[in-house]
Amino acid sequence: MSFELETAAHPENLRRVAIEPVSRVEGHGKVTILLDDDNKVHQVRLHIVEFRGFERFIQGRPYWEVPVMVQRLCGICPVSHHLAASKALDMIIGAKLTPTAEKLRRLMHYGQILQSHALHFFHLASPDLLFGFGADMATRNIVGVVAAAPEVAKKGVLLRKYGQEIIRLTAGKRVHGTGSVPGGMNKALTLAERDLLLKDIYQMVAWSREAVAIIRGLFEKNLASYNSFGRFDAACMSLVRADGAMDLYHGGLRARSADGKTLFDHFDYSRYWDVIAEDVKPWSYMKFPFLKSLGPDAGWYRVGPLARVANCDFIPTPLADHERKEFLAYDGGRPAGATLGYHWARMIEMLHAAENIKDLLHDEDIIGTDLMAKGERAERGVGVIEAPRGTLIHHYRVNEDDQVIRANLIVSTTHNNQAMNAAIRQVAMQYLDGHEVTEGLLNHIEVAIRCFDPCLSCATHALGQMPLEVEVADAEGRILDRKYKDARGVCALE
Amino acid sequence: MTDVFNLDGKEVPFTPGQTVMQAALTAGVFIPHLCYHPEFKPHGSCKLCTVKVNGRPATSCTLPAAAGMEVESNTPEILDKRRMLLQMLLVEGNHFCPSCEKSGNCKLQALGYELEVMTPHFTHFYPDRPVDASHHDVLLDFNRCILCELCIRASAEVDHKNVFALSGRGLKKHLIVNAESGRLADTDFALTDKAAQVCPVGVILPKRVGFAVPIGQRHFDAAPMSGHVAEYVPVAPADQGERK
Repeated sequence: MSFELETAAHPENLRRVAIEPVSRVEGHGKVTILLDDDNKVHQVRLHIVEFRGFERFIQGRPYWEVPVMVQRLCGICPVSHHLAASKALDMIIGAKLTPTAEKLRRLMHYGQILQSHALHFFHLASPDLLFGFGADMATRNIVGVVAAAPEVAKKGVLLRKYGQEIIRLTAGKRVHGTGSVPGGMNKALTLAERDLLLKDIYQMVAWSREAVAIIRGLFEKNLASYNSFGRFDAACMSLVRADGAMDLYHGGLRARSADGKTLFDHFDYSRYWDVIAEDVKPWSYMKFPFLKSLGPDAGWYRVGPLARVANCDFIPTPLADHERKEFLAYDGGRPAGATLGYHWARMIEMLHAAENIKDLLHDEDIIGTDLMAKGERAERGVGVIEAPRGTLIHHYRVNEDDQVIRANLIVSTTHNNQAMNAAIRQVAMQYLDGHEVTEGLLNHIEVAIRCFDPCLSCATHALGQMPLEVEVADAEGRILDRKYKDARGVCALE
Repeated sequence: MTDVFNLDGKEVPFTPGQTVMQAALTAGVFIPHLCYHPEFKPHGSCKLCTVKVNGRPATSCTLPAAAGMEVESNTPEILDKRRMLLQMLLVEGNHFCPSCEKSGNCKLQALGYELEVMTPHFTHFYPDRPVDASHHDVLLDFNRCILCELCIRASAEVDHKNVFALSGRGLKKHLIVNAESGRLADTDFALTDKAAQVCPVGVILPKRVGFAVPIGQRHFDAAPMSGHVAEYVPVAPADQGERK
């Protein structure tokens, strides 16, 4: 299914339906679907208009600017780019971080995981999950969630706020701070700041447990449909700690095939190109990474919460690990292979992040002041981190004048490119094939995309509710039908 | 009798030889500026310190104070003009504050905030200005140069090295390095030079140090430029003309 619907044999006589842009995701993307006269699906593609350009325009810049500059890729998880770049540059300056610096970075990172996962689940995904994938568009949004379940919405907002506060206190600002620098951190956490965070952390852990219960409850209520929605088998890749534990800040790469066979384990990410390569396709601006050992056709894989929870041997915080075991055992493990299982895994990770923050705040090193380290200069550095959406790779080369001469970034959403295409093709066959296209049915496609929480353009220019326009055109390109939703969510038909 | 002039309705005393700017700063009154530096002779090139004296515009950093002058500085009309000058400076170079190491310590940025520059207003020039990273200790990022000549003056008058100069005319005027190769590495410039300390923006920066000061503790995080007026008071105002 993954490639069957990639290219129609005879596209010339097919109708084209476009979902452009895809809404309630980060950034801009579109889906095109080719249908015949009987509404049979012949081609489904997720297109991502991703102009990043950072690899080119940081060339020639001094290396110490990079962690602050590249985080501007994204307004939602800039911390991930900030830290991945810092880790790469730690290698360039040969620094082994002090315990305080590493723990402060971890605190920043887990604050980021907490706020990003809360944002996605409560603000972006919950309208579909609480009201139904084909529910009335007028209520299927965050305003509808606030009206129908104000306590749930409020907890989502406050969880995110707490994560943002951690980022502010470690990076200097809630968005686009400067805390992490090559070799360490520029800012210590004061006792007062630590105590401020400690005050609310137990509430955050409790609310994160409730969030896991919410998604588990939704699975229990809709088990058959949730398990089968956009389901496909795929390989997984993530970082794991040396003892096999989940570690979102640092570790070695582990990949498993769709049948659970380990392809590589504890692989030193500083040579990621030995195990990962990127394919290009003429119809997409985004590359298609694959595991080299399986080749470009069979080597695509998942990253992100579902891959991480399934890939690790255990989660090193007790409440989240308990939830992981429940998740993997539930209904014979089927949710752990379901596309909607991403949401469940994401909430387990949010709980892990909250527990981890609690532990870090109780660690005396966190208020230490030994923040910087130095070492022997190297020419090349690779930094890999598990960002909220998946494995994030930053790779730089720096010349002897301290200028960046080459950069390569493989962002989380790029790893998931083929997996997202596989999911929407499954959903198109399950729900659209042979049916008259409606907004509710098209939203099923978007629901599948949202499971991955993609950051489509790693951009900051999407404000408010995204407009949605769907056109049905005949073979000559004449518009037969158009449905339009404006930025306020008001729908119009032509 | 004490010599005084009137600045925005306030009497400002001065000593003979002082400029309007020097007298105002000594009296604790801030006048926006970029090319002025308390340790150097007045330059009058950035025009940010323009005031109206008896109804006529003049650069306060070069205008000798005189008894009975009526000086307007903090008026909507003059602030508008200063805002426009800042907007022109901001589009002439490549000023990307988000990733600039000087952010929070930059006078151009600080004045931009203080005078409420909300948009670039003018079309960006986006000039092509490669950085000079050849020197072991110092990076030159010409993208941010505002042609204040402070580095030129410091290098010539204090360091006696004459490392920098301006070349070209009009829109093509730009900062150069006085070496046959044009590279800083081929001069005797040192990080300890006065010229390495005076740049009001982010052109001359020590290497391998970036964002060392956290947000909230940078120079202009605590107070805008007008809150640092004591730093700009001339060290020895009476012999300003002879000192450097």
